[in-house]
Amino acid sequence: MSGEIVLMVNGKPHTVQAAPDTPLLYVLRNELGLTGPHFGCGEEKCGACTVLIGAKATQSCKTPVSEIGQARITTLDGLIEEGELHPVQRAFLEEQAAQCGYCLNGMIMTTAALLWKTPHPSDLQIRQALDGNLCRCGSHLRILRAVRRAEALLAEG
Amino acid sequence: MADQTHNTNQGWSQQSGRPGSGRREAVWGEVSDRLDDWLAIEPDGAVTAYSGKVELGTGVRTALAQIVAEELDVPLDRVRMVMGDTARTPDEGYTAGSMTISGSGTALRNAAAEARRAMLKMAAERLDAASNELAVREGVISVSHHPERSITYAELMGGKAFNLKVTDQAPRKSPETYRIVGSSSPREDLPRKVAGQSSFIHDLKLPGMLHARLVRPPGPAAQLVSLDENSVKDIPGLVKVVQRGNFIGVVAEREEQAILAAKQLKVEWKEAAAYPRMEDLHTYLRRQPTEDTVLIDDKDFEEAFAGADRQLHASYYQPYHAHASIGPSCAVAEMNGEHVTIWASTPGPYPLGGAIAQMLNLPAENVHMIYVEGAGSYGQNGADDVAADAVILAQAVGRPVRVQWTREEEFAWEPKGPAMVMEVHGGLDTQGNVVAWDYHVWSPSHVARARLAGQLVTAQLLSGQPAPQSRFSFGAERNARTNYTFPAQRVTVHYLRESPLRASSFRSLGGAENTFANESFIDELAAAAGVDPLEYRLRYLSEPREQAVLKAAGEKAGWEPHPSPRKGDAEIAQGRGVAFARYENDQALVACIAEVQVERTSGLIHVRRIVVAHDCGLIINPDGVKNQIEGNVIQSLSRALKEEVRFDEKHITSVDWETYPILTFSEVPEIEIVLINRPDQPAVGAGEPSTVTTAAAVANAVFDATGARLRRIPFSPERVQAAWGGGSK
Repeated sequence: MSGEIVLMVNGKPHTVQAAPDTPLLYVLRNELGLTGPHFGCGEEKCGACTVLIGAKATQSCKTPVSEIGQARITTLDGLIEEGELHPVQRAFLEEQAAQCGYCLNGMIMTTAALLWKTPHPSDLQIRQALDGNLCRCGSHLRILRAVRRAEALLAEG
Repeated sequence: MADQTHNTNQGWSQQSGRPGSGRREAVWGEVSDRLDDWLAIEPDGAVTAYSGKVELGTGVRTALAQIVAEELDVPLDRVRMVMGDTARTPDEGYTAGSMTISGSGTALRNAAAEARRAMLKMAAERLDAASNELAVREGVISVSHHPERSITYAELMGGKAFNLKVTDQAPRKSPETYRIVGSSSPREDLPRKVAGQSSFIHDLKLPGMLHARLVRPPGPAAQLVSLDENSVKDIPGLVKVVQRGNFIGVVAEREEQAILAAKQLKVEWKEAAAYPRMEDLHTYLRRQPTEDTVLIDDKDFEEAFAGADRQLHASYYQPYHAHASIGPSCAVAEMNGEHVTIWASTPGPYPLGGAIAQMLNLPAENVHMIYVEGAGSYGQNGADDVAADAVILAQAVGRPVRVQWTREEEFAWEPKGPAMVMEVHGGLDTQGNVVAWDYHVWSPSHVARARLAGQLVTAQLLSGQPAPQSRFSFGAERNARTNYTFPAQRVTVHYLRESPLRASSFRSLGGAENTFANESFIDELAAAAGVDPLEYRLRYLSEPREQAVLKAAGEKAGWEPHPSPRKGDAEIAQGRGVAFARYENDQALVACIAEVQVERTSGLIHVRRIVVAHDCGLIINPDGVKNQIEGNVIQSLSRALKEEVRFDEKHITSVDWETYPILTFSEVPEIEIVLINRPDQPAVGAGEPSTVTTAAAVANAVFDATGARLRRIPFSPERVQAAWGGGSK
């Protein structure tokens, strides 16, 4: 049943006790206290639980911890380096791109993955990349502006 | 500056509950007049402001802090808001109805003005100066022309209370002198949220806290037959299976263990029909007994309508809508003997605390409610019910319990925005002028907030009793009347005593549906009269602010006047439509113009651009208002184009994002906003008004493009095809 699993989270190894089929989300939130990713649907349909596994935006609500192996996991607060917000986080803040902010984690993580792979995406690419992330407050246009701002901030280096 | 203040109520409401406006929902108890209930000057000079309202993700925490900082002349970052805690904040009922700015904002402004006056008086003695010689800057009072003679708020107060009443007589700053109110101050909560720091009720963790999930019946009329506890006895960490009546929950050490136990627990239910057939919903609604309220009954109506040259009739239909919060409802509760503490994202900490006390058979003061933000709720979602679930489970295990609903439970058990039928009859004279207007709406009450234990799902499952009938009906009258000056009118609200599906407040209550019907029907009359629909509306608006908002939208959109529909037979038809409303007839004014493309073969509507002109009086935070307008437009567009709660006779069948899809990034139009700031007019709410105009603007644009009239929400491709092909030209 429950066993020791070593996860590489935000650049550090963490040993956790968990049953192998436990979805990553609960280990991140409850064992490691990382409150960026949120439960939204448990069916990988809304994006609220998104984290990066390697460089890929991945929904963590169904992914079993036992399947991750040595892959590097990055959560929302793991984007922060030496106390400095990541350019994508800065861009979302500068554009005030949220209302309730519950979906914000997924929006930022998906944007980070998109811009990593495609530094200068088309409008269509941005919208398609974000289509799996639902927002009920209607902050979409601000989020799209934040992606453009993040693109510019990243290009500045 | 003290010399810039004078006693003015410009830009502000006189009181939080306007008599006669039917705003029972948001007014609860007596609003406290004790200054110390609202404000405290901390020893370090920070200002703590207390509001009984809560932050629902709209940014009001920031806007209220702006109001306090402005009136007290302290920097915005020195104001700390404490909101929605029954042990610490005043009772301000529910956060609802776009009333936080006019209600709590006005109360805090008055309190801050009182505090400022008191401290100026104290400073005059301490500095040996006349009070009209004193000036305030950043929390420091100094003697004009002698800045060395000064004292801070913190030094004056020394951590003590004011012990004063808020008289509403203290001089208030004039809006022309505002520096903080009226600026787009960034949201104070977003730095935490972009960094992933604990912000939501879902993130709260107490020492020794257990995790729980519920096992709900398959439908509201199902009864428990049997439960097999042995089916989960192999699950490690399981603490308890709690069963009382039809209420079942599982409590475990770890969250994933609770989830597993809820899935694995063998429960047998006896199902029963609870709902009408979905295809018959609107016929069913029209056949129910009603209590009628006639809002307008011009005595010459019958004669005017009978004498009309042409009579037009139309019916419009609203399905049930789900609030569909992105995060399912969650709460944490802890019970110590006869005292309970509940952390919940309820918009009404005081009234919910009372209902839960009643459920537990405890005095209300034994229930301490602490508001913690949830995902956006837009009305009454499952937040109140889950708080009651948490306390029953905490009571059963004697440890703090966190419980979270599943996605499916949120869809199935949250109260829905009610289904409605609207019917309009209009009479035109030979020139196409409106001579008579007859409006009817059939609706259940839009408000069933938990004031009594029996209104909570938890209590219904415990007792096996259905929800009590609503004691009063509310919300369907919202915007049933238009602001048009039609010569002879009759407006009737037909209240159903019950709603087939559990229903309660959804953003704007009946405002959105009534405006959909009213603004579609005036478009139908304009088309019958052969007049441009924007020009036709202007004929019947007498107030300059009403005219101004409509004209501003037209100008921004580049409106080219022509009667609808355009004549065109293209595969992809283009059109534009307009809608206007004054929210609640005396609040914010909104004009919305939609530009659409409609595909003949697929029946798909592509909304390309939406222009909104918006006048909410004095603007507290322009970017905050824009954010609310964008959100209102996108959410109401989603509701108009896609949303409908589906059900069979025993269950709700819209239970996930595939069976209840909402608007995605690829479907979101460009939105352009014209803000009309009126510092000489009361600051009124912006959280709902621009929700009401979207559906009609889109339906009117589709009519302009195709000649097909959409009278049933949502505007699905099948309905577009049926209307366009079906010869409604």
